Amino acid sequence: MNKPVKQHLIDPEICIRCYTCEMTCPIEAITHDDSNVVVDFEKCEFCMACIPVCPTGSIDEWRVVETPYSLEDQFGWEELPVQQEFESAASEADTSIEALDDAMAALLAEAHSGAGGKAKAPASASKPSINLYTLGKPAEATVQGNYRLTAENADTDVRHIILDFGGQPFPVLEGQSIGIIAPGADADGKPYLPRLYSISSPRDGERPNYNNLSLTVKREPNGICSNYVCDLKVGDKVKVTGPFGATFLMPNDAQANLLMICTGTGSAPFRAFTMRRQRSNAGSSGGMTLVFGARTPESLPYFGPLKKVPETILRKHLVFSRIEGEPKHYVQDKLREEAGAVAEILKDPNAHIYICGLRSMEEGVEKALSDISDGIGIEWAAVRNAMRDEGRYHVETY
Amino acid sequence: MLDLINVSYDTLIPNNVGLSNDKRVLKALEKWHPGYINWWNDLIPDNFQKSLVYLRTAVSVDPKGWAKFDYVKMPEYRWGILLAPQVEDRKIPCGEHAGEPAWQEVPGEYRALMRRLIVIQGDTEPASVEQQRFLGKTAPSLYDLRNLFQVNVEEGRHLWAMVYLLHKYFGADGREEADDLLRRSSGSEEAPRMLGAFNEETPDWLSFFMFTYFTDRDGKMQLEALAQSGFDPLSRTCRFMLTEEAHHMFVGETGVGRVIQRTCEAMKEAGIEDPYETDKIRALGVIDLPTIQKKLNLHYTLSLDLFGQEVSTNAANAFNSGIKGRYMEHRLEDDHRLTDATYPVCQFVDGEIKIVDVPALTAINMRLRDDYTRDASGGVVRWNKIIEKAGVDFELKLPHESFNRKIGVFADKLFDPEGKLIHGQEYDDNVNSWLPTHADGDFIQSLMVPCYEPGKFAGWIAPPKVGIDNKPGDFEYVKLYMA
Repeated sequence: MNKPVKQHLIDPEICIRCYTCEMTCPIEAITHDDSNVVVDFEKCEFCMACIPVCPTGSIDEWRVVETPYSLEDQFGWEELPVQQEFESAASEADTSIEALDDAMAALLAEAHSGAGGKAKAPASASKPSINLYTLGKPAEATVQGNYRLTAENADTDVRHIILDFGGQPFPVLEGQSIGIIAPGADADGKPYLPRLYSISSPRDGERPNYNNLSLTVKREPNGICSNYVCDLKVGDKVKVTGPFGATFLMPNDAQANLLMICTGTGSAPFRAFTMRRQRSNAGSSGGMTLVFGARTPESLPYFGPLKKVPETILRKHLVFSRIEGEPKHYVQDKLREEAGAVAEILKDPNAHIYICGLRSMEEGVEKALSDISDGIGIEWAAVRNAMRDEGRYHVETY
Repeated sequence: MLDLINVSYDTLIPNNVGLSNDKRVLKALEKWHPGYINWWNDLIPDNFQKSLVYLRTAVSVDPKGWAKFDYVKMPEYRWGILLAPQVEDRKIPCGEHAGEPAWQEVPGEYRALMRRLIVIQGDTEPASVEQQRFLGKTAPSLYDLRNLFQVNVEEGRHLWAMVYLLHKYFGADGREEADDLLRRSSGSEEAPRMLGAFNEETPDWLSFFMFTYFTDRDGKMQLEALAQSGFDPLSRTCRFMLTEEAHHMFVGETGVGRVIQRTCEAMKEAGIEDPYETDKIRALGVIDLPTIQKKLNLHYTLSLDLFGQEVSTNAANAFNSGIKGRYMEHRLEDDHRLTDATYPVCQFVDGEIKIVDVPALTAINMRLRDDYTRDASGGVVRWNKIIEKAGVDFELKLPHESFNRKIGVFADKLFDPEGKLIHGQEYDDNVNSWLPTHADGDFIQSLMVPCYEPGKFAGWIAPPKVGIDNKPGDFEYVKLYMA
């Protein structure tokens, strides 16, 4: 089997053959016949110059293929072929379109591996933009804010960073990540590769209709990028790649019932999900439940603002593992205590489960969900695989 | 150094042409500006002026920068002067000067010809905004309302682009012409717009879609030809305008397609197989396919007239002097001078239509029109696929180029849509099934009721497959101002 490759394609049903992309492409990788406008796999370098100029959105299509479609194949199309299925043994980094940068794709594949199979986006999720900016051509963002989220006496330093993109288009969806390139070079003199950070603001901006976004970043001892980001000052310029991620997304369906389980900075995407629901839904929704673990209230990011979100929008279960005089309490313990409600979610076809945080939380959460499943006579692995294949079970851990 | 990619906002008029260092032109444009704003404010009803519209604004001519989407009040839209980046060492692509360096100033001998071409192009831009001024009141959705306004602001910007060239390169004559662009008005008795098709009213949304598909496509072809000009500032202006013009093609093609889609769906739901059961189909509140064909016949043929005479010495002069090229001149492989070449043109010889080879130089208009027809037929193929997919037995067709013509060799004679020469009686007997009647217009008008609820669409048109800027279906493209 050939190693699968990512191919840029144009949706012939949506394209109106205006040839703007063809005129824009700096290397003449786009051509047309009387029926279709097509991208030459041999030439396209993923520079993305054609993406914003397309009036229809038909240009933003990607497939992972073992054998790239030829120009002749594409000229003959009346509609775009569906994404081919790869065997479960195939590497997710190679067969998904979470990112076009191989290194970023590998990082995301690793982060999603806890779901036990190929990740799928929720059926009603919006179409994400991927990799508009690359290592070679990063976007430049300006720091608008840098706030400490954890108390001064807490044992961790977690920061809320706001980045503004000015006139550069940087469309994101809740659940996506961006790459940040720390300045300088490693021991071999090579520039640092970008580090991935989940976006913690909704798609319309940290502030509605501003071209900005926020990140939730924890300072790691000796972490080159995390220290760089946590030390950023207002007005500093930052090199950014992305956006990345095409499956860990939120459903647009307001009736979807979301169970979100996280620890620490894993709360970033769920802050974005919650704000999205708050901003977009006037009416009733399918509900959101957050199970959020930290050592202490002082070290739980967004502890203050989170308390203010009404329970009618978000049912909150905050659990702490280091409170003096109290037993250690983890997210999986809370899931067991709420077994009845969790069981309902496992049976609800509108429910989505999201897990985000440190890799070490995966095992405990999975065991709790498995035991709750046993309790109601269903097999966890089967439920999980079915939910994942329907785009309703998402894991992003690191 | 002059920054040609990034747009400067240090003057009232965003631009990438260094206006702040060009006091003479800046002053002239600032003098012209209030007249423009008055013109704009008179055209667009007050409540729409105050509404927030989700528009695309060009903030840079770099591909990543010109599509910035945001809510804007239309009078606050930043109409700018934007030229595509200068190509180093660009040569005149065609005509007797082919291969010489492109002109950065207007050559004296071509001044009058060039000014006229720019004025004709410039005149069409405000005209279409005038023609479409009443459509906002009957928009079938907020999505469509937004698309209308996007088309309007971009036509406005195209007017700016042409006015800049007039002010910058044509002195006092140019300023006078620029003022006249605001003085003439579509459909006016005293001072009509220069081209016939731009004095017709756009009375309903199907007409709007047909107009943007067929008539704006003429504009696109003219811009393509001017983008090949040896006069570099004109070429660069038109190249950037083309990226915006593509949006108008999109509105037209998908608009007509969505009307067809809805008609076919409604027929299927009601179990109507025969597309000619007009009364029954109209009773469903959708536009029957034969009426759509009639609208197509009308708009296509009106647009063909915009290309002028098939054989034209003016066109030959424009090409030969290097002012206007052919469609995709840079991709054509010939001598780009056409000294000995011929081109086949339809002519009317001894009472019959014949294909005659004429000197290619004189057939420049015809060639562009053929390219236009090829370009326009692409959408018809897509529309027919919608009909076929729905399982309706009907096929839309472009009529023969001789049908319903007012300009060129076929004017003053009567042809049917197949291109058969016919007599007055036969024409009169059938014209009601070839071209839209008053009754057809009245029926379409009866469907034109506004639908302003986010995510909802009037019953005669299907929702789009993809939102603008990837927005979800219920996105509020226009936040209407409620007085």
